Amino acid sequence: MSAPLAAPGAVAPLNAEAGRWSAGQAAVALAIAAFLLAFLIWPVLTVIRVAVTEPDGSLTLSHFGSFFQLSLMRESFANSLYVAGMTVVLATLIAVPLAYITVRFRFRGAILIQTLGVLPLIMPAFMGAAAMQLLFGRSGSVNQLLGQWFGFTLPIMEGLKGVIFVETLHYFPFILLNLSAALANIDSAMEESAQNLGASGWRLFRRIVFPLALPGYVAGASLVFIKVFDDLGTPLVLNVTNMLAPQAYLRVTSIGIEDPIGYVICFILVGFSIAAMAGSAAFLRGRDFATLQRGAAAAPRRDLRPWQAVLAYGWIVGVLLLVLSPHLGILMLSLSKVWSFTLVPEIWTLDNYSVVFRDSTRMITNTFLYCGLAALLDVVIGTAIAYLVLRTRVPGRQWLDHMATVALAMPGVVLGIGYLRTFRDTEIPFTGEALLGSWLIFVLAYTVRRLPYALRSCNAALQQVHLSLEEAAQNLGASRARAIWRVVVPLMAGGILAGFVTSFITAAVEISETILLTSRESLAPMSYGIYLYMQSIAGRGPGAALGVVAIVMVALGTYLSHRFVAARHAQQFMKGQRP
Amino acid sequence: MQSFLAARLAAAILALAATGTAAQQQVTILTSFPKELTSAYKAAFERANPGMRVEILNKGTSAGVAYLRETRAGDRPDVFWASAPDAFEVLAKDGLLAKFDPAVKGIPDKIGNYPVNDPQGFYRGQALAGYGLMWNTRYLAANKVPAPKEWADLVKPVYFGHLATSSPSRSGTTHLTIETILQAEGWEKGWSQVLQIAGNAVAITERSFGVPDGVSNGQFGIGLVIDFFGLAAKNSGFPVEFAYPSQTAIVPANIALVNGAKNADLGRRFIQFSLSPAGQELLLDPKISRLPVLPETYRKAPAGYPDPYGGKIRAKVNFDSELSESRYFVVSALFDHAITFRHKELVAATRVIHEAAVKLAAKPNAQGQRLLTEARALAFTPVVDETKTRDKGFLALFRETKRDAARQKQMTALEEHWGKQARQNYDKAAALARQAAAAAK
Repeated sequence: MSAPLAAPGAVAPLNAEAGRWSAGQAAVALAIAAFLLAFLIWPVLTVIRVAVTEPDGSLTLSHFGSFFQLSLMRESFANSLYVAGMTVVLATLIAVPLAYITVRFRFRGAILIQTLGVLPLIMPAFMGAAAMQLLFGRSGSVNQLLGQWFGFTLPIMEGLKGVIFVETLHYFPFILLNLSAALANIDSAMEESAQNLGASGWRLFRRIVFPLALPGYVAGASLVFIKVFDDLGTPLVLNVTNMLAPQAYLRVTSIGIEDPIGYVICFILVGFSIAAMAGSAAFLRGRDFATLQRGAAAAPRRDLRPWQAVLAYGWIVGVLLLVLSPHLGILMLSLSKVWSFTLVPEIWTLDNYSVVFRDSTRMITNTFLYCGLAALLDVVIGTAIAYLVLRTRVPGRQWLDHMATVALAMPGVVLGIGYLRTFRDTEIPFTGEALLGSWLIFVLAYTVRRLPYALRSCNAALQQVHLSLEEAAQNLGASRARAIWRVVVPLMAGGILAGFVTSFITAAVEISETILLTSRESLAPMSYGIYLYMQSIAGRGPGAALGVVAIVMVALGTYLSHRFVAARHAQQFMKGQRP
Repeated sequence: MQSFLAARLAAAILALAATGTAAQQQVTILTSFPKELTSAYKAAFERANPGMRVEILNKGTSAGVAYLRETRAGDRPDVFWASAPDAFEVLAKDGLLAKFDPAVKGIPDKIGNYPVNDPQGFYRGQALAGYGLMWNTRYLAANKVPAPKEWADLVKPVYFGHLATSSPSRSGTTHLTIETILQAEGWEKGWSQVLQIAGNAVAITERSFGVPDGVSNGQFGIGLVIDFFGLAAKNSGFPVEFAYPSQTAIVPANIALVNGAKNADLGRRFIQFSLSPAGQELLLDPKISRLPVLPETYRKAPAGYPDPYGGKIRAKVNFDSELSESRYFVVSALFDHAITFRHKELVAATRVIHEAAVKLAAKPNAQGQRLLTEARALAFTPVVDETKTRDKGFLALFRETKRDAARQKQMTALEEHWGKQARQNYDKAAALARQAAAAAK
């Protein structure tokens, strides 16, 4: 145990001046790189090389010229930027007050809000949009009421407005989750000092709290931007075609899988996402967000003054009503036999649930297996990459981050086709079973595709753990691995859990890749089942019922994991109090 | 707790791995059809063939084609089963279908002028489909809109903002509908009708299913749909009606054996079953409501069931599948660039044209009338004329999707030209219609 003291070289990588790294770190970095190359970069390259090659295989940039020559593409580009930007603005307006109120004030039902805030994410985008059509669409309940009582209707679901509206309600949890984790990690001493010096209210928030939580906010906001920028499901359900991702999808699926312009769009989506990530990293660089003492459990929550309470509850109830409206729509749909041009369904039934539990229990267990394993792999890899990037000097470590991030921008169709092409002849070692015919392919695809979420959360969490805490552990004799395991990882627990939850629930609703990779219905996860049932002309009730089952289970899981972390924090706190 | 979870997880993994290897007597059907239809066939086939299992693999038609292309021979599903005949054409050309003659008796060779089975023998008609209009009775009553009878009715101002259709590039069935109109009316007049219908439409949906779904739940008033969408929705209790216009076409929905299938024998057996009297009768289920391809099955149909063989559907259009095939990609691309992607401008032009017409009807004015006629001509004339669609070189440009840089440039210039031209036409038509309305004052 005294070895580290005798051998200062072991802690040398922590020193920013030193250029050394250990073989163990390099091995971990290499293993992750190999994994990403095999299951992300290579499959994607086999597909998008179409964008830069002639049919005979020679390289060309001419397709890019063609892309910019089309005014439709330029318009789509502008529309995608506008929608993504507006969504970030609106999502911020919703998420920031929610996060701040629930983390910083003594407030009944805070955990409920945290859990409810996650709910939009656990619904496939197309299902959420379909439900919102029933409520806010041109013949939706709200517009029927408005039309009957006031003689006008709100075209809130039409065109780009509709996309922004749906995306905002769907993706604001990314900001909420990351920002809440960051707020919870701020050293309460900072806030207390500021209060002692006379700051309070808005000033305290603007000058002290928000700047300290900035990594979480930027992580969430850049995710929202990228997700909306590449989202396919929502624009398609709302029949909006003049945006980049729908254009790529429409071209690849209708003109043909070899259409170069479609792949030029994929190329641009990837480039833009990397740029957005790099931009947020550059923005955060050179600022120090780490705080020495971790106050999650000990952070004092203030009491709300009466007028504050009125405002806070009003805001929260308003937002919750909006956020829960798609769920309410899905719930009503799941209990209905016929719902057509009426405020609420006219024939109610429980049959849809019996259909689901009779036919689809396998899909439910499949979802838990695939997404659970994928999310687990994601946080392990995500933590490793975050650590390698932020705390070591392994050469090329930034590239791990960049590589993983590429997955964010990959339309599921592209990655799906890439998998089918690349692993056509691959067999699983020992069993000889075709990889594409096995459930492992889902785990791999989800792991790769949802890794960026876990990575952002782990990164933000690690940025807030001060280096000196790890150094202190090492100085006290812990080996580096032990310091990571006993000190760094537990301190990152909130962020890691947020990463796990985000990865899990977004994987659970992944649809475009799932459809391509499903080779047998018995292997299919729930998202496939929801998609399938929602296509039924005899009514979408069973699809909605399966959706409700998914929402309830994931909500329960999220709630329990929050409880679990809270309990562990309390436990550690107690241990720390012991003499 | 943790070890308990780990044990559960390991058990689940083992269970899954075990089922992965156990399936032998299993036929896999790749299809785009809804679950009601596939589960009825699965249940009936498994009942008729004890010990065999049907595995349904549901994918949209284009995703299904992509899946077959990317799967290696020997691992492929056994049967491909979908509506759009062109998907089968593509697969046959790629060598992904195997010839198979199930030798079933009683199925005619032709429905109208259209061959029921692929003349080359790669795929067989399994059901028939006609195209028509579906409407939500409550929606129409609430918005005081009369029920339509013919395609031509849909261009009337009263339907503005109440229609929905899909795009031919997205849905094989919509392509057939548009092509039916073009063949019935001729290229120029047909496109004029299509453009006016699209101008009245509130949405061009991404999937063909989006149309009947939107009509069923009341988002749209009227939709252009394939018959079973309308009939099945009605039979499931939705307040909708369906009617065939007089200018409709009846074409087959198809089934084929996949080349390189895992279990080709079982695949053959399934196809045979689907064409047998027992298999055909399943189509009459109210939740399926498709038209059997076997004439004798109609004797068991409920009263009022449409019968394409019995003269209950008057299909005036003798669908020319060769003509349709030759200009397939031109029609799809033209529709997208002039309508789908420029829908906002088209709707705006249509709106002011309708408004101007109302004003001119109240206060007739020769100058205004002339302007309005000009506006209509601008907005509702296709940007490609018919002679172009007979140009072999022009058509070849669309057929080849693996394009080199030079061809891609040519294609891009064309797309840009169409889109720009359409937009200019719509904007100018709107301006002219505004002048016409002003003249009526």
